[in-house]
Amino acid sequence: MATAQSALPSGAASGGPSGGPTDGVLRTNDGVPLKTTLRRVNRRQKIIAFGLVLPLFLFILITFLAPIGMMLFRAVDNPVLQEQIPRTVALLNETWDGEGLPDDAVYDTLAEEMIQQYKVREIAKVGTRLNYEQGGLRSLITSTARTIARRAEPPWKEAFIKIDERWGEPETWGIIQNAAPRYTLSFVLAALDLRYDWQGDIVSQPENEQIYVKMFVRTIWISGLVTVLCLALGFPVGYLLANLPMRQSNLLMILVLLPFWTSLLVRTTTWIVLLQTEGVLNDIMVWVGLISDDGRVQMIYNQLGTIIAMTHILLPFMVLPIFSVMKTISPSHMRAARSLGATPPRAFWDVYVPQTLPGIGAGSILVFILSVGYYITPALVGGRTGQLISNFIAYHMQKSLNWGLAAALGGLLLLGVLVLYWLYNRLVGIDKMKFG
Amino acid sequence: MSALPPYAGPLERIWYYAFRVICGLILFFLIMPILVIIPLSFNAEPYFTFTPGMLALDSDAFSLRWYRDIIENEQWLHSMKNSFIIGICATILATALGTLAALGLTRAHMPARNLFMGILISPMIVPLIITAAGMYFFYSDVGLAQTLPGIILAHTALGTPFVVITVTATLAGFDTNLIRASSSLGATPTYTFFHVTMPLIMPGMVSGALFAFITSFDEVVVVLFLAGFEERTIPRQMWAGIREQISPTILAVATLLIGVSILLLVTLEVLRRRGERLRGLSPG
Repeated sequence: MATAQSALPSGAASGGPSGGPTDGVLRTNDGVPLKTTLRRVNRRQKIIAFGLVLPLFLFILITFLAPIGMMLFRAVDNPVLQEQIPRTVALLNETWDGEGLPDDAVYDTLAEEMIQQYKVREIAKVGTRLNYEQGGLRSLITSTARTIARRAEPPWKEAFIKIDERWGEPETWGIIQNAAPRYTLSFVLAALDLRYDWQGDIVSQPENEQIYVKMFVRTIWISGLVTVLCLALGFPVGYLLANLPMRQSNLLMILVLLPFWTSLLVRTTTWIVLLQTEGVLNDIMVWVGLISDDGRVQMIYNQLGTIIAMTHILLPFMVLPIFSVMKTISPSHMRAARSLGATPPRAFWDVYVPQTLPGIGAGSILVFILSVGYYITPALVGGRTGQLISNFIAYHMQKSLNWGLAAALGGLLLLGVLVLYWLYNRLVGIDKMKFG
Repeated sequence: MSALPPYAGPLERIWYYAFRVICGLILFFLIMPILVIIPLSFNAEPYFTFTPGMLALDSDAFSLRWYRDIIENEQWLHSMKNSFIIGICATILATALGTLAALGLTRAHMPARNLFMGILISPMIVPLIITAAGMYFFYSDVGLAQTLPGIILAHTALGTPFVVITVTATLAGFDTNLIRASSSLGATPTYTFFHVTMPLIMPGMVSGALFAFITSFDEVVVVLFLAGFEERTIPRQMWAGIREQISPTILAVATLLIGVSILLLVTLEVLRRRGERLRGLSPG
């Protein structure tokens, strides 16, 4: 007791609140206004709380957010022409108004810069960049550069047109001009199946090159279908688990949780084993006599395979939130509805289902968010028709190396996911998310 | 549901049993693919389906050859070593950082709590392909691509949201008077944390850590982008196996991984029951 008292601030001795100036301001023992002290203590508490969060915040910022931000920046970043043929671009912008052909000086500068870049073997970058705008320009640039660096002679304008008549068309120059700015929207446009025409207007891609909008639609369609299937399968299971006695429901819960905890690749592998033409399911159907040995059904490496495998993998994410909401619904509500004369379907539909909506909402958004970004399963079992937008991002990252387009596609996907996430947060609250 | 009410009509009775059959089929759909792979991994033949011998329970039709394959295969062993190194390091880092952040987030004075929570949870929300693409460029620039530390850092980032969420949830029911009591008795904040707070939030920390571990252990997209041949993990090796030369060895590995998940499931269940018992929710 004595130690506790001596631990009090020394101000206690000087008389407490009554001892200070009598201006009506509440003061602590050492005479500082209570408000100031409170503010100081609060600030200290804030700093401590923030200090605890800071290490992880910085870690996420550096290892996660910054890399993604920098990657997405590539969707508008457009340095190639500015770095490789800067003077041509500048001169073109100054002297050419889009009518007819540029001045001789532009041809001369381009020739000079092309030879220079050809010697350091950088000219292919210009070709690749322009090829994103219009097919065939890569070979035009590289072959022109090779010819003028080796044997062609000035005057360059005539030489260029002699090498390829496309140099005598304003379209080519228009495309170069549109591809030149340091920052561009052309990757984002490409991700939406749009492009700049040579006059700088936004137009649709040619019919046979329109793939990405179709891809987004397919991704949304498959994700939606998987969500609906998960809901259709998850709702009854959730209902059963929530209404069985504890002991039985715990036991059946294992059947939901074990797949949830099993590796994604294991579950994908097992669907390959089950569904492939020489697989278990086809064998059973042949054995039963449902199909002939030659008539084995192709159930995998197509959209069907993707949908089946994804539904299986994501089903626990639907069951768990629905289950936890149903757990809180009192069975007496249904009984009350029945006693008031409702038929069982009516009581179920009008009394029970509305109360499960939070669970349905949470589960559906969660499943939809997860499936929109799915990559592994479609890549392994999707074949050609079961690929989703993520697979195209991976393709442009690893194979075509069109990183600007990959970033633009990724940015659009991320935007969609963030909107859904915001919705989820409004409906459920992120801190209410539970696992297991 | 637990019992059919006595006033149920015949239609209701039929539906009652039909509903159970439907649920049974759905649960069968959930668990069957996982169970089917286990016997197939003991197939003596290099097939992915049941041979007539297996169906006749002929002991010659079963063998451990695919398990032997794993043990004798340098690549599989190497990838297992990598998986455990990466998983364990990432789990320790994620648990330490995540717990610390959760302690801050649950303090009454935390400024802009929702904003920070959103940011710290984001690795769980962003589609993996975007994460992987971003990390690919950045980690290459700083020289961390194709190194174990690089993958460990990446997996730590992916694992922290689970730790933050589980520990925050555990701390929600935490009595802060215990900390005041500890301080008033003269304990330093560090001492209080290790001797008062930590033992109480242990279940949350452990389940968060398990989530972080399984996230890393199962993760393949980031590994596909960041790892070279030397840094291959088990899922990466399986990915290669499925894409390139699919052999029943994969089924043996899959069976082992199912064993790992059963282990994790049991651990979590024990923790959950312990937590409920501590909070007096269930008789035990």
